[in-house]
Amino acid sequence: MKLPPFQALLDEHRVDVYRFCVATAGHSEADDCFQETWIAALRAYPQLRRADNLRAWLLRIAHNKAIDLHRSRGRRPVPVESVPERAAAPSADVVADDEPELWAAVRELPPKQRTAVFCRTVLGMPYPELARLLESSEDAARRNVFEGLRTLREGWTP
Amino acid sequence: MNDKPTPNGTTEAAGADAALEAALRGSAAALPDAPAPDLDRQLAERAAAEGLLDVAYATVDSPLGTLVVAATPRGLVRVAYTEFRPDADVLDELSRKLSPRILEAPARLDDARRELDEYFAGRRTDFDLPIDWALTRGFTSKVLHATARIAFGKTSTYAEVAQRAGSPRAVRAAGNALGANPLPVVVPCHRVLRTGGALGGYTGGLERKEFLLRLEGVLI
Repeated sequence: MKLPPFQALLDEHRVDVYRFCVATAGHSEADDCFQETWIAALRAYPQLRRADNLRAWLLRIAHNKAIDLHRSRGRRPVPVESVPERAAAPSADVVADDEPELWAAVRELPPKQRTAVFCRTVLGMPYPELARLLESSEDAARRNVFEGLRTLREGWTP
Repeated sequence: MNDKPTPNGTTEAAGADAALEAALRGSAAALPDAPAPDLDRQLAERAAAEGLLDVAYATVDSPLGTLVVAATPRGLVRVAYTEFRPDADVLDELSRKLSPRILEAPARLDDARRELDEYFAGRRTDFDLPIDWALTRGFTSKVLHATARIAFGKTSTYAEVAQRAGSPRAVRAAGNALGANPLPVVVPCHRVLRTGGALGGYTGGLERKEFLLRLEGVLI
């Protein structure tokens, strides 16, 4: 298996991973999420079986790290996969002054939905790639995007 | 409400979704473009501390152009001229031959960078750096070990290093071994000339060999 030098991955995907961390883990946890993601990726890298979609592989790790960080900081209970009644009001400490409340609402979504919403709307990620990232079917990936957007829409006025 | 997404966007909600998606894309501009540069340094340091940084590299400006220098935890493993080979090729080679766990980590190469600067400034005649010979094998390794012992300002010949490597008749093989030196400048293959004083060859280009021999006072 011929793998590119790890630095090439970092150069190519650094920005996407960092933005993912800010969007899903929040400003205050973004640096930790970023570092934990890359350290975990570096640890696993030499055993990687396929190198054809490294972005999905990296964001899968970041997705898990964001969940770990939410959990370990004990800010809220472990999010579940069911759709909440409505997007909870964002907690003030994770909203940066210059950041639209929309991202704070994204962070309140269940993990798969917030990852799906970010990857579709910011990265324009194709569904097969999103399905691989979420380790789900393409239908399930579509549903996660849809449910996430529906919840966001309920608490949002254009 | 229809809770299935429709690919062609014909649900009642589709219009509102499109507006929301546009708003999300728009507000994505408020997400930071890049992490602070310091995060890369912290990442490399932590990778090293956890034993995950198999190859650290940096670039060094020199009178011979930009050099890529790379080290493993055992020592300096590679010095490469980049004029004819982009950095990416050198890194691909290291990934293939050593490990794909490669990060740019200039701080891990502080000593090598300082000693190279001093050498090119004429303030150093000996490199005092641990060497990792992982990119050398067999006869090549013997030839390069013999070459490493040629002092600043002195020269040897292909025949002599072949002899010191234990195969006095393998003069041509010794030349090939020197041409494959993964550590030019630091392992001074430029100090090996043809019997009779002709310069012979140099993988980095003959003008570089001449520059180094002038720097060391061998050529005027």
